[in-house]
Amino acid sequence: MSVTDAPPLAPAPAQEPPAPRKASTRKRLVPYWLLLPGILWLIVFFALPMVYQASTSVQTGSLEKGFEVTWHFQTYWDALKDYYPQFVRSLLYAGTATLLCLLLGYPLAYMIAFKAGRWRNLVLVLVIAPFFTSFLIRTLAWKTILADGGPVVDVLNTLHVLDVTSWLGWTEGSRVLATPMAVVCGLTYNFLPFMILPLYTSLERIDGRLHEAAGDLYATPATTFRKVTFPLSMPGVVSGTLLTFIPASGDYVNAELLGSTDTKMVGSVIQSQFLRVLDYPTAAALSFILMAIVLAMVTVYIRKSGTEDLV
Amino acid sequence: MEQYEPDSLSAAQVAAMRRSATSGRGALTRRSLLRASGLGALAVGGLGALSACGIPPAKREGAAAASDDHSAREKRISFSNWTEYMDVSEDEKSRPTLEAFTERTGITVKYTEDINDNVEFFGKIKPQLAAGQDTGRDLICVTDWLAARLIRLGWVQKLDPVNLPHAFANLSPQFRSPDWDPGRAYSYPWTGISTVIAYNSKATGGKKVDSVSQMLEDPSLKGKVGFLSEMRDSIGMTLLDSGKDPGKFTDDDFDATVARIQKAVDKKQIRRFTGNDYTSDLSKGDLAACLAWAGDVIQLQADNPDIKYVIPDAGYITSSDNLLVPAKARHKTNAEKLIDYYYEPPVAAELAAYINYVCPVEGVREELAKIDESMASNTLILPDKAMAAKSHAFRSLSSKEETAYEEKFAKLIGA
Repeated sequence: MSVTDAPPLAPAPAQEPPAPRKASTRKRLVPYWLLLPGILWLIVFFALPMVYQASTSVQTGSLEKGFEVTWHFQTYWDALKDYYPQFVRSLLYAGTATLLCLLLGYPLAYMIAFKAGRWRNLVLVLVIAPFFTSFLIRTLAWKTILADGGPVVDVLNTLHVLDVTSWLGWTEGSRVLATPMAVVCGLTYNFLPFMILPLYTSLERIDGRLHEAAGDLYATPATTFRKVTFPLSMPGVVSGTLLTFIPASGDYVNAELLGSTDTKMVGSVIQSQFLRVLDYPTAAALSFILMAIVLAMVTVYIRKSGTEDLV
Repeated sequence: MEQYEPDSLSAAQVAAMRRSATSGRGALTRRSLLRASGLGALAVGGLGALSACGIPPAKREGAAAASDDHSAREKRISFSNWTEYMDVSEDEKSRPTLEAFTERTGITVKYTEDINDNVEFFGKIKPQLAAGQDTGRDLICVTDWLAARLIRLGWVQKLDPVNLPHAFANLSPQFRSPDWDPGRAYSYPWTGISTVIAYNSKATGGKKVDSVSQMLEDPSLKGKVGFLSEMRDSIGMTLLDSGKDPGKFTDDDFDATVARIQKAVDKKQIRRFTGNDYTSDLSKGDLAACLAWAGDVIQLQADNPDIKYVIPDAGYITSSDNLLVPAKARHKTNAEKLIDYYYEPPVAAELAAYINYVCPVEGVREELAKIDESMASNTLILPDKAMAAKSHAFRSLSSKEETAYEEKFAKLIGA
């Protein structure tokens, strides 16, 4: 066969009449038109702010004299050096909260997907119901629930649970508020639905006949779960943990309202650098460092979970 | 990948390469050229944008702040204030003093309670003011230090004394000449704020808490002490307790004070640094003792008789919330009329009786007594001589000091 005359893979469009061709061009453009609003949104509210933020992070100056780009990368190092405890704390709290969400959310999602029957929709609504109230108000409610003389703390005290947690350094004496435990509880509570919903979606998609097949092959229920259900729910686990961990690591409302001075997370630092100290470069650098850390962790995590390392 | 060796290629391979260069995936089509140049432009533009961004100096010089005054034609004004800072009728549907103002002058007031925190509010109005634009607000109410900063930056308009006869005549002497606005050229106080010690006698077990030293050191209060996240209040009260004058302290005094509070933080004596939200904590007893704003304490006492307050022997910090007309505001004269209106003693008394903060207006005592005898004798609303003698203001800071101090204070409160 003559190479130069080889027909292209797609049928040659040469003889096509002009009208359909136009139509096909238009058709080809459809996805781009559909993407346009999203892309514009991303450019205006993500790409441009990122450029601006990157620029701010390498500027020096003051509010009164203005800030100029001096490529002062030292800011990053200083920010990391001054505030690494808050970074470590953010990741630790967010990680713990994510784990707790998974432990609490998985059984619930499993129940909704396989056992809820006609209650399924009702339970799902109950999971989402807290969103009808503002995030702030829900967090403030915890201050009342966990109040020093309140029933929850009383019960925990009577059962000597607080002695244990206090020994572990999670609480302070006989109180829960203004301690790491309160912050982690707040984070867990606030982000739990973000864990449950993706878990539910991926569990619900599992074909029930797979369970039967596993049973037919003499798998115990535990083995079925370990070998069939859990691996198939991995997409839900991954997206659930990401949806929980990423926002939780940047959150500062829980740390501000339920925490104390030694439970401040990096979000608080960014807020205070930006609004209180008016040190915009440090605030921008801190945001970038947080983004980089989270991105790195997430990349490793997704890589791992793509293989069977996490299963 | 194989290296490019033209001599060793067959005719078919060369043809294939040619084809792929013109019409294959690697073809240099218009689209790929556009894409490549687009990326290049983005990269170059990105770097260019990075270095071009910068933030211009915030300071604006003198006359630039003034703007055309549309007051005569547009009989309206937009007034931004803190929450709970205006009298409200029983049914909570109207604001009597504001309505009386509209009735008398024909100027309608768009009253917004959008100030909740000085630093946040500054963050909110900064972009417009820095760009020399109208914020849409004709009158704002901010605390001393922020008022000082706005004046320093040239972001507010000079007031015209001709429109402020009552305000000029009735302003209490103690508010007349703060070091950041001598002679009140730019600002008039809305209220005075006294920072005192408040405690919940049920939570302290009946014990009286009467000094900052006790708050910082008494082991029975461990984990139940609150300080304020307003630097000037927390540092100022502790400076006074250490025998220093918050009106003229040095960097070393400041550092020593921070170190003193840090010790209490490390010992877990201090539970939290709070904004306005200390009120619920104190009322519930989660905070046994805290630094508090006197107006709040009076309001809290009405609901909870366990709440007590103390003016420490060492003295207390006073500050004020001030009315200012932002640069480029369109209705300056109308705003001045409103300021002046609130300096008429009957109006001031009506307001003070409702919000319970220190009234900066002279001659209000008789008017207040007509409304409520007990309020006229409450020294938290109308300070007497003994009280006034103990009051101290935090000195104004240069922009450099402000940044350095705020940074240290931010570290102290954990962020």
